[in-house]
Amino acid sequence: MKVNFDVAVVGGGVIGALAARELKKFDLSVVVLESAADVAAGASKANSGIVHAGFDAVPGTLKAKYNVIGNAMMEQTCRELGVKYIRNGSLVVARTCEEEGILPELLFRGRQNGVKGLKIMLREQLAEEEPHIADGIAAALYAPTGGIVCPYGLTIAAMGNAMDNGAELLCGFTVVGAVKTGTGWQLVSADGHELTARIVVNCAGAGAEQVAGLFGDTFFRIGFRRGEYMLLDKSVGTYAKHTVFSVPTKAGKGVLVTPTVDGNLLVGPTSVEEDEYTTATRRAAFSELRQKASAMLKEIPFGQVITSFAGERSYSDRHDFILEWGKPGVFHAAGIESPGLTSSPAIAEHIAEQVAKALGAKKNGDFVPVRRSMHWFKDLSAEEKNRVIAQDAAYGHIVCRCEEVTLGEIYEAMRSNPPARTLDGIKLRTRAGMGRCQSGFCQPSVLHELMTEFGMAAEEITKNGGDSRIIVGGEL
Amino acid sequence: MKKQLVIIGGGPAGLAAAVAAYDAGVRDMVVIEREEKAGGILKQCIHNGFGLTRFKESMTGPEYAQRFLDEVNARGIEIMTNTFVTGLGTDKKVTCMNESGVFTLEAGAVILAMGCRERSKGALNIAGTRPAGLFSAGTAQKYVNIYGYLPGKRVVILGSGDIGLIMARRMTLEGAKVECVCEIMEHSSGLRRNIAQCLDDFCIPLYLEHTIVEIKGKERVESVVIAQVDKEKQPIPGTEREIPCDTVLFSVGLIPENELTKETGLALDPHTKGCFVDENRETDVSGIFACGNVLHVHDLVDFVSEEAEVAGRAAAEYLINGDSEHVYIPTVAGENVGYVLPQRAGKGKDIKLYFRVRSAFRNAVIRVEAGEMVKTYKRIAVAPGEMENITIKAADFADAQSIRVSVTREA
Repeated sequence: MKVNFDVAVVGGGVIGALAARELKKFDLSVVVLESAADVAAGASKANSGIVHAGFDAVPGTLKAKYNVIGNAMMEQTCRELGVKYIRNGSLVVARTCEEEGILPELLFRGRQNGVKGLKIMLREQLAEEEPHIADGIAAALYAPTGGIVCPYGLTIAAMGNAMDNGAELLCGFTVVGAVKTGTGWQLVSADGHELTARIVVNCAGAGAEQVAGLFGDTFFRIGFRRGEYMLLDKSVGTYAKHTVFSVPTKAGKGVLVTPTVDGNLLVGPTSVEEDEYTTATRRAAFSELRQKASAMLKEIPFGQVITSFAGERSYSDRHDFILEWGKPGVFHAAGIESPGLTSSPAIAEHIAEQVAKALGAKKNGDFVPVRRSMHWFKDLSAEEKNRVIAQDAAYGHIVCRCEEVTLGEIYEAMRSNPPARTLDGIKLRTRAGMGRCQSGFCQPSVLHELMTEFGMAAEEITKNGGDSRIIVGGEL
Repeated sequence: MKKQLVIIGGGPAGLAAAVAAYDAGVRDMVVIEREEKAGGILKQCIHNGFGLTRFKESMTGPEYAQRFLDEVNARGIEIMTNTFVTGLGTDKKVTCMNESGVFTLEAGAVILAMGCRERSKGALNIAGTRPAGLFSAGTAQKYVNIYGYLPGKRVVILGSGDIGLIMARRMTLEGAKVECVCEIMEHSSGLRRNIAQCLDDFCIPLYLEHTIVEIKGKERVESVVIAQVDKEKQPIPGTEREIPCDTVLFSVGLIPENELTKETGLALDPHTKGCFVDENRETDVSGIFACGNVLHVHDLVDFVSEEAEVAGRAAAEYLINGDSEHVYIPTVAGENVGYVLPQRAGKGKDIKLYFRVRSAFRNAVIRVEAGEMVKTYKRIAVAPGEMENITIKAADFADAQSIRVSVTREA
């Protein structure tokens, strides 16, 4: 195994993955160190998946700057990476006249940030655009540049493209020690592996403060805010057409209702300050979500909930992104809370420029920005399906009936960068198990495919690494 | 490709429908099965008790399925396995996909027999973490009976549906400790015989009016918190109890698998979650029939077979003699009745009505009203887990505007 790199990126979330990709646009050797069993294991897996227009961030902040640049970059990034992205537009709905009074403020702020196309819509037009809008809503701010993206899809594809261009990914590598060397840093993992890097980029999300501490950087603190969500079945996926927000408060953008790029309906998040990182959901969250969402859209079919989950959003004590050098050779990208996903392509570009400048790196002429896209087999026409099946019969075999995922796609997920080695890994890449039966039918088949592909025993297959084993009672 | 009859699903309903249609004269037909082998969920139901009503003998699930499969094979009926139906039009064009590609069957008649799926844990909004070790009961059954893996050793089961009860016994027999079964209702939704044979015989406690309020554990389940619920099914503060376990099974209801049907645009009954049908199991689109658990969730496979034969014969009649004229009256679910199937009855023929009660009680009186006719039937006990049926003579509802079924406690 190679142990000396130009750049080590700590953290395989959306920032780390896109940063690795941008770094590979330069002539640099890059390794991504991820403590979990797969990329997109933290906030990148469980967030709203919104590409924010950029009217919310305070002008002059890094959030405002990178939000607007990132929004503009998102479409091309997703096209190159084969990631689902839809510019469905956002609505901020006013429930009271006080809130209605805030809408122009948001509009002004958005214009100051450089957001295009903002306008205020009155009820009549609003009801046309969003048929289920709640009765009490009198007006809304419409942002046509708001969009939705699959956050873990973006992370996985970015990491895959970085790897296809030569970046390495080490999962299960928890950095626990950093020693300054003559040319950079030596990093030590929890299980005793060592490697060196001339420059370390800290994209550790929830662990960013801890990682910074290993280098002696203690100039920021990370707090946790838990956000709980409910996901509804595809049969009601078009209940909202736009991403519908309430007027933001100090606590954040509040609960939203949005379609997802995969056609589900998402309601959330709550906002709960935490002392410790946790992704458990609270019982009280469900009634809170129902109540807040119902103030924006009427009669939301909550009977169609297929799952609920929580994500932990890490924010810095500056309440703005931290994008700066710490100790020599250490760059921190920390506190990337909302609009972090939107900003991610722009942040990644900034990181790569900073690092390349510091190392005097040249452009990598061999970089291929386009990722060989996963087959979203279900969405192909009958002719295209027949062409694919003729080449590989595995695409004619459906494994996940709810999402109509084929065996060919399961093979792709295990054999493309970054390879899936867990049930969740397969799920995030293919959607097998993500539908209305929530893996009841396909899980045993997927487990079996993982065993066959990697020569593992049933008891070695995990949900998402560590001791999350599926079979713990032994073979009969 | 043209086919007179296309049957979607090769489980017990599809197989019985195929045999009945063949015996009524249809030859050009195919059964489409998405799995490698026909037989449906019976393949993994290796316990006995199947066939008691129909064959007066106790068979395992695979034995019951094999009996129908033998009949299908004896008639040379084609079963297309590993084939998935991706679309169905009201024009009865069936789009299929398998390892040879995507193709369309132009059917003269279609029988829907896709079965049902388990309601998932995700639909319940249980607080807590999402570790490994949470399974629907049927998934655990597949692991144990088909693959030979025991998912866990210390088990809590939420919901007392039949699969949950069967798995309580099955996991116990394989060496797991089943701590308890929690049921949010005041009665079990499973068969009484399963409560006796799967829980009582193994001293597994059944906590009625209890639910799981929190799941704990970071990577694998470590414990659950259970609590008693009030009349509104809300947990009663102070009744919480933490039970260590490594596995939670969910047996919280079955849902007819009608995603295909919805895309076709057939009318669905919100009570049964299956199609609206007449006594022939014909849907609102003539020539499309439905039977088995895709139509309504049955308690016994014996009734699935019976219903599928009705649909199979009717499809044959439709193909051979064309659509017949009907005068329909609605069937009505009265007091204490959840639903009545079929939802409408054609006049001129005797009709067998299937229905489920809403709650369990003893000394029940079933009351059927059709115009002037009122008939009552006594039952020692009724329960929502058990389907009831009553046959009404054609003459008894010849002049009626509706047939109403209600159930009351004996005075």
